[in-house]
Amino acid sequence: MQGVKEKALALLQSGTVDRVLGWKAGEFFYDLTPAVFTTAEEIENDFVWSAFSAANLSKYLIQESRKGGKVGVFLKPCDSYSFVQLLKEHRILRDHVYVVGVQCDGMCDIDKIRAAGCKGVTAVTEDGDRLRVTTLTGEKTVNKQDVLLGRCTVCKSKKIVEFDELLGEQGEELTSARFDEVAKLEAMTPEERYAFWRGELSRCIRCNACRNVCPACSCEKCVFDNHDLGTDNKAAADSFEEDFFHIIRAFHVAARCTDCGECSRVCPQHIPLHLLNRKFIKDINELYGVYQAGADMDTKPPLMNFTKDDCEPSVVYERGGAKA
Amino acid sequence: MKKLPIAKLPKLFAAISGEKTLYIPAQDASGVSKFTVWQEGMTLSPALNTVRSAKDLFFPQVENLMGFKVTGKQIELLEERDVTAPFVLFGVRACDCRSFDVLDRVFLAEPVDTYYQTRRENGTVVTMACTEPEETCFCGAFGIDAADPAGDVTCWMDGENLYWRANTEKGEALTAALTCLAEGGDDAVAAQQAQTRAVMQKLPLHDLDLSKFGAGKTKEFFARPEWKQLSESCLGCGTCTFVCPTCQCYDIQEFDNGKTVRRFRCWDSCMYSDFTKMSAGQPRPTQLERFRQRFMHKLVYYPENNDGLYSCVGCGRCLQKCPIHMNIAKVIRTLGEEAK
Repeated sequence: MQGVKEKALALLQSGTVDRVLGWKAGEFFYDLTPAVFTTAEEIENDFVWSAFSAANLSKYLIQESRKGGKVGVFLKPCDSYSFVQLLKEHRILRDHVYVVGVQCDGMCDIDKIRAAGCKGVTAVTEDGDRLRVTTLTGEKTVNKQDVLLGRCTVCKSKKIVEFDELLGEQGEELTSARFDEVAKLEAMTPEERYAFWRGELSRCIRCNACRNVCPACSCEKCVFDNHDLGTDNKAAADSFEEDFFHIIRAFHVAARCTDCGECSRVCPQHIPLHLLNRKFIKDINELYGVYQAGADMDTKPPLMNFTKDDCEPSVVYERGGAKA
Repeated sequence: MKKLPIAKLPKLFAAISGEKTLYIPAQDASGVSKFTVWQEGMTLSPALNTVRSAKDLFFPQVENLMGFKVTGKQIELLEERDVTAPFVLFGVRACDCRSFDVLDRVFLAEPVDTYYQTRRENGTVVTMACTEPEETCFCGAFGIDAADPAGDVTCWMDGENLYWRANTEKGEALTAALTCLAEGGDDAVAAQQAQTRAVMQKLPLHDLDLSKFGAGKTKEFFARPEWKQLSESCLGCGTCTFVCPTCQCYDIQEFDNGKTVRRFRCWDSCMYSDFTKMSAGQPRPTQLERFRQRFMHKLVYYPENNDGLYSCVGCGRCLQKCPIHMNIAKVIRTLGEEAK
């Protein structure tokens, strides 16, 4: 997508906004930091839109939309779902935000580039479907498809669901294979599934990156920050606590999680946290009819709504769960 | 100098393992590297470094301190200290090895932390020289030579051999028990070191300038306006502090199961909203103050109290793992280059 930086500049110079939320250049080509730009000079020097602009900026708008003036923001299709969900929950002041929707053809994962055998990477240039990676010891070429973020390999939608202005073509919802991984877990025996999750979650270091980056986790004070509860954010009183943390968090964001994939992107231990949330989404789709959080402002969230057609609580047994 | 053909590594591991518990950097089923107790068939991780640092072995994330049992008006103290046995930590990189010096100055100063001290005494550190650094590495900025790490034993590895040099009494004792090692290897090591040092010079952060920071610089840096912009998008998670080999803050908590109380400590993070919270309130009310604390501690406060030694070792973990890619290198560049 061309012209993103130019658009940021134009928004500021025309007075449409008085600051722009975007991605700022780092020490390398891939380490972009979400940042607020207030001058044309800052944008000229440091604004970057690239295959590494993965950070979902919508959560920052909870604070940014309350700082007065108007903030411009760039949202990719998946980010726009988070944005609408936050609007629906009355967390963002819409009038204080100018949204530029940016079409996206997938974001890259630097860890996958490293895993593909590129050590000491210093530059990347896109060459159609290929990426030319410069390293300290030479050049290497990888397929972009092979180094996409996990979430991008099963992109659910190219549709930008809310915007004031669009850069690029409006896209459509895609038929995605995103539930295949969940189906694999469902096909396991309870013992296998338990072993899988214990294995993955045992790596958790309770850094809370998944929670803090999650647009659905917007409580002013998290239950896991309550010292008196004895489940402090950092205390792992027993080895099962990290499991509780993630399961409770998944329940709490159920039907509000848009499947933006930020939790798994930021996990320093590569725990596939999105699979917990995706299981809830799959269940909701099967039990209450297809529902996509953040797709629009009007559809009532199935878990906050009651209809006579709703499944009965015994559904767990009917689907083959063991009776206690 | 001693050496061993690479093919005999499993033999070496088995021999060490026969003496003491052996930890090596290995990949788990998901491909994530961590220091793991060696078992037959386990191989060295190809990753440059583990996600969690080697400090875990001396200063674990959670550690039992003691217990209490309350019966009526009687309180009985229970010894619930985790048992530690002698162990060998193999494959520690030069950066992580320096982090032990940083931690020692905290935990072994009076009053000595006996939990940490016991583990340090029990542990024999075998380091591994680097040959292929990542672009995020900047140990050189702290005077660390990745081609010649410290430790009780230093190792180098090339396509053919493992080279082994004992540096301390502990290292000599371990070496004496390993009959599979043969003499030789000085030339090969010297050649590899020259090559590694040349690569280190090419690293993008090799010239990171720390000269503006250090003891006595609190006033100069504390009120700098750049902290606002640097900390602005910080999520307040603890990733940087928990993957950091030198972060040493901990909290003490109690777990009451209704019958006994277990007192344990767990890593704390200055990035968390309840860090050092007291009855009088939170001394660092916003993320700006918490963010500033982390970097001032590494670059100014710690050197102030420890003969100018920085409490960063340039391992680059925070550069790789921060969800928003804000890190100490960016702080050093932003504040250091604009310092008067």
